[in-house]
Amino acid sequence: MDTKKHSVTLMLDKCKGCTNCVKRCPTEAIRIKDGHSVIDGDRCIDCGECIRLCPYKAKTASYDSLDTFNNYKWKIALPAPALYGQFDNLSDIDYVVSGLKNCGFDDVFEVARAAEIVSEYTRNYLKGDNIVKPVISSACPVITRLISIRFPYLCDHLLPILQPIEIAARMAKEEALKAHPDLKEEDICCLFISPCPAKVSYVRMPIETDKSAVDGVLSISDIYFKLLPAMQKIVNPETSAQTGIIGLSWASTGGEASALFNDKYLSADGIENVIKVLDQIENENFADLEFIELNACSGGCVGGSLTVENPFIAKARLQNLRRYLPVSLNHIPIEETHRVPPNVLWDSMVEYKPVSQLDPNRDVAIKMMSDIQQIFEKFPHIDCGACGAPNCRAFAEDIVRFGGNPEDCIFLMREKLHDLEKENGDNDGK
Amino acid sequence: MSDVIKFHFDVDGENFTSAGEASVQVKKLLRQIGISPDCIRRVSVAMYEGEINMVIHANGGVADVLVDDEKITVILADKGPGIKDIHLAMQEGYSTAPDNVRSLGFGAGMGLPNMKRYTDTMDIESELGVGTTVTMTVNINK
Repeated sequence: MDTKKHSVTLMLDKCKGCTNCVKRCPTEAIRIKDGHSVIDGDRCIDCGECIRLCPYKAKTASYDSLDTFNNYKWKIALPAPALYGQFDNLSDIDYVVSGLKNCGFDDVFEVARAAEIVSEYTRNYLKGDNIVKPVISSACPVITRLISIRFPYLCDHLLPILQPIEIAARMAKEEALKAHPDLKEEDICCLFISPCPAKVSYVRMPIETDKSAVDGVLSISDIYFKLLPAMQKIVNPETSAQTGIIGLSWASTGGEASALFNDKYLSADGIENVIKVLDQIENENFADLEFIELNACSGGCVGGSLTVENPFIAKARLQNLRRYLPVSLNHIPIEETHRVPPNVLWDSMVEYKPVSQLDPNRDVAIKMMSDIQQIFEKFPHIDCGACGAPNCRAFAEDIVRFGGNPEDCIFLMREKLHDLEKENGDNDGK
Repeated sequence: MSDVIKFHFDVDGENFTSAGEASVQVKKLLRQIGISPDCIRRVSVAMYEGEINMVIHANGGVADVLVDDEKITVILADKGPGIKDIHLAMQEGYSTAPDNVRSLGFGAGMGLPNMKRYTDTMDIESELGVGTTVTMTVNINK
């Protein structure tokens, strides 16, 4: 996989080669090589943990800039529901929608609208026959990628309905073409205003569909500073927001699951917690649950690394905003109340990618594993990270997989030096 | 003929929250050597049940996992009280777990039956007052 397609990137000049990101990466995708961190694109799931915890701010997310889309005649903003939680004293979502139209966008299509549609289709999906349960939400692209590399048995549990941003982009384009017959498809671009880098990576290399209908991804933090002054100028915004309680609730953990009107659900967030939950599901420990909502970021999408506000404050604001909203403002067509039409389903199923497999040939892999065990035994097992790998085990694996010298371990090196000194001492004595 | 590979784990007693750690580690190791997802899951489910059993009844123990050409063998050994009547223990719903364990949602009497269900062979050796060793195998589908 092309590392450049990932949103999470390194600013080489800022990286000190410390091991903070190496040790905390949930998929052990980072190593220190030649004094700075290197991300393995096959293992990176774009969770953004390294961005959050780098003390030198050397990890960043790459995303698009609005200016690069100036050649499109019709630019549609797709604001994430999490955007609405970023503003102090916001009384009405209409201000945000109108504000976006005043800062470079021709139209706005709220992702919350598509989220409400996805909620209804998910309810239909859960009622279907032969569904592998518990169904695991696929809205957070980090979770989908994590499952595809680490939980092969759970690939079938993923909800095969396109995520809200994808459905939003498709609906937005359709509506724009209908409303403006002079526009052609290539004149329109849909730009998602994202809380997280994972959505950037999703749009660049989706696994559920060949090509995303989203044309670019901007960050909430970038748009925020353009949007705030634009919103302050608005006195009476036109009534244009079409978000209900359900759509808004998708911004934080529990929102997607509670919209299913089904008690048999679990929702969890934070990548470490998510991994623990997935391990338990794989062991069939939640046999009576129907739906599992998992979000990589603590708090859910409001906790994304491209937001500006503290996730818990953002969540509190959303609770306030949703108070006077109707439950849901967007519904699926009446003829679809019992089915999930193919146009909202994934184009291709998510398949297991054995990135951690040592070798395609099992005999070779077993031989390598036994070499790993032998090298690992020599190490001090204190997981200091000084070798550049997250722990002694990972270092032993790296040596067997990609070559390397066990004496890059400072403890083995020290032992060797001691031995040499002793040898020299003995020689001197003779 | 390839190597036989062996992994060893200590299963900590009196600690429900860490119970299952060995089976999580085994999953990773089996993925690395390219064992099929279905096979990994069967090993993991059976081993997890066994780990929980050792925590509930025997104050922990040791787990060894051996992988050869044809099968994965899981050996769980403890120095617990032993099983009085193995035949009875194998019946679904039969449990000797104490109330405090049941209140945590464990002790449904499905541990041993599930371990048998998910594996290809299962053998229990147990002596009262000495301990129990459960040996399970899962065939590697070629």
